[in-house]
Amino acid sequence: MSINNSNTLSRINSQKTTYQYDEFDKNFIRERVAEFREQVRRRLDGSLTEEEFRPFRLMNGLYLQLHAYMLRVAIPYGTLTSQQMRRLAEIADRWDKGYGHFTTRQNLQYNWPKLIDTPDILEALAEVDMHAIQTSGNCIRNVTADHFAGVAADEIEDPRPTAEFLRQWSSAHPEFSFLPRKFKIAITGATHDRAATLAHDIGLRLVKNASGDIGYCVIIGGGLGRSPFIGKIIREYVPRAALLAYLEAIMRVYNRYGRRDNKYKARIKILVHEKGIETIRAAVEKEFAAMDHTAFQQDTQEFERVAASFAPPPYETLPSESSKLTKARLETPAFDHFVSVNVSEHKIAGYAIVTVSLKPINGIPGDATSHQMCVLADACDRFGFGELRVSHEQNIILPHVKKDDLYTLWQTLDAADLATANAGLVSDIISCPGLDYCSLATARSIPIAQAISLRFSDMARQRRIGKLGIKISGCINACGHHHIGAIGVLGLEKKGQESYQITLGGDPGFSASIGEILGPGVSADQVPEVIEHLVDFYLAERQENEAFIDTWRRLGHARFKDVLRREGEDGADI
Amino acid sequence: MTKFKHPQILLASNLKDGEVVFLGHNGWERDFRHARIAKSQEEAQILETIGKADYSANIIVDVYLTEVEITDDGAPIPLHYREKMRIKGPSVRHDLGKQARGVPDEH
Repeated sequence: MSINNSNTLSRINSQKTTYQYDEFDKNFIRERVAEFREQVRRRLDGSLTEEEFRPFRLMNGLYLQLHAYMLRVAIPYGTLTSQQMRRLAEIADRWDKGYGHFTTRQNLQYNWPKLIDTPDILEALAEVDMHAIQTSGNCIRNVTADHFAGVAADEIEDPRPTAEFLRQWSSAHPEFSFLPRKFKIAITGATHDRAATLAHDIGLRLVKNASGDIGYCVIIGGGLGRSPFIGKIIREYVPRAALLAYLEAIMRVYNRYGRRDNKYKARIKILVHEKGIETIRAAVEKEFAAMDHTAFQQDTQEFERVAASFAPPPYETLPSESSKLTKARLETPAFDHFVSVNVSEHKIAGYAIVTVSLKPINGIPGDATSHQMCVLADACDRFGFGELRVSHEQNIILPHVKKDDLYTLWQTLDAADLATANAGLVSDIISCPGLDYCSLATARSIPIAQAISLRFSDMARQRRIGKLGIKISGCINACGHHHIGAIGVLGLEKKGQESYQITLGGDPGFSASIGEILGPGVSADQVPEVIEHLVDFYLAERQENEAFIDTWRRLGHARFKDVLRREGEDGADI
Repeated sequence: MTKFKHPQILLASNLKDGEVVFLGHNGWERDFRHARIAKSQEEAQILETIGKADYSANIIVDVYLTEVEITDDGAPIPLHYREKMRIKGPSVRHDLGKQARGVPDEH
């Protein structure tokens, strides 16, 4: 059932700055929709049992959750066109409950689709070159990337062409469709790691070798979940022409030696941990040397074809500074704060990168209404060459905004409750859906995020605190990345009650680290108070411009633990 | 076989739309207050048998028994917080799920 006749869809983006599906891509996803439509029909008429059908629905991103089905839509490397965002809003209105949830995998989840409607939803997605393939199952999942890709001032090279190259390689790859476990790849091209590459099965960093040629530093064995590990470098430099072959060698070693007897030990991080990086490196190099490289001979040309899709938009030649912006900042303090916190430096003079926070005070992290999605689509058509990004931090990015336009954009966002000036601050909390939606969760996470943001609702106080990442997961699977939060919160069940374990010292960047447990679990009511005590201690102890994680590293975990012990002795019942 | 300690109800998800449903006296109900309550091991087994049959008949999926306590007005309230969530809807969006259709707050 098409919704291609909607008026809004007739608007097309003025520029094509992202990969455009060719007929092969389009046919592929159309065929998959038709295939799934037939599978749903056979499930409903009883030709397929649930056991037979379940792998098919999961291959198409459809889960069964606490209250309803859930459809996870892939947003490759977090890049969306305005047309696609508008379509996501239309689907939310027509087949769901008028909103969507942006995830830490840069995807979007609908929480209320009906099985009987899912083929129509997938068809509507296919019309705008979107799908839900490989958003579940033991395969290579959506490749994630730095959300500032292509525009960051600290970038060596735009990672999106590589991410798209990997998407095409990994989509329905017959050799890697039944891996021991799911497999996640992240890539960054910048000198700051905004993609958490060390927390993925494979992390890729674009680097230059001694000759100045761009290639990849390859990291493997990172991951969160039940057993968190920071990834290890398997090779400092892989030339671009050899990337797919080298990754294929890694995948083959994992496919062969990865454990299939225990799902909790099946990820590549366990293999690397148990065998050791040297052993895995030797096995990969051996496979790489022995494998038939014929299939990879066209890689360089193919990469160039893909990369051509990511041509920069037609930027205007502008002065670095905008007098219009300067004037507006002086006249409107709220706008000035927004610029200070949510606007980042762009590589092109006169332009800026805008982070639109999906974390209003007391809001649900990552949720956007269909109206907000349409506002964002319209805003990026008007101000940003029709392109958006989804960050793994569950925010939306407008990557190309003229500084002259920032004030008007801010007014537009503010009218739609999208101008919360907290990007990277204490209330910009990553949170999984937790037990409010997820059937795997052991505790709720969203209400914890809401309570913390309310506790720190004073925005001036937030700015004084500065950058501080709080990340919350509702179970040990760690979709909320709690292990790599400067402050992490993990929801568990303890004696039939929700209980929250707090960790300190996690870091998602190039200096990645796994947080350490603060002490016994606390109740939901206590979490904001505990965090406030920790933050107050940090504020008292920090040196000039010292981030929370750096103060924690300097003083040591024991000092922070002491804070809570003292508070407990004082009768705070913590 | 685990010892029968508390009354139980049978809940599942409707195959076609995924909504949580409860086995009642006249088939599957969308309101937990209409759930049939098993007050003995034997009654729980009867519910389970019906559930298995309806699972095989492709009416429901993810079917299981859960323990409840019975309120003064006879409503079965799950003992575990996970199932308490399932009879109502998300705690962070009272406008969604069953609670949006008028499941009383006190439940």
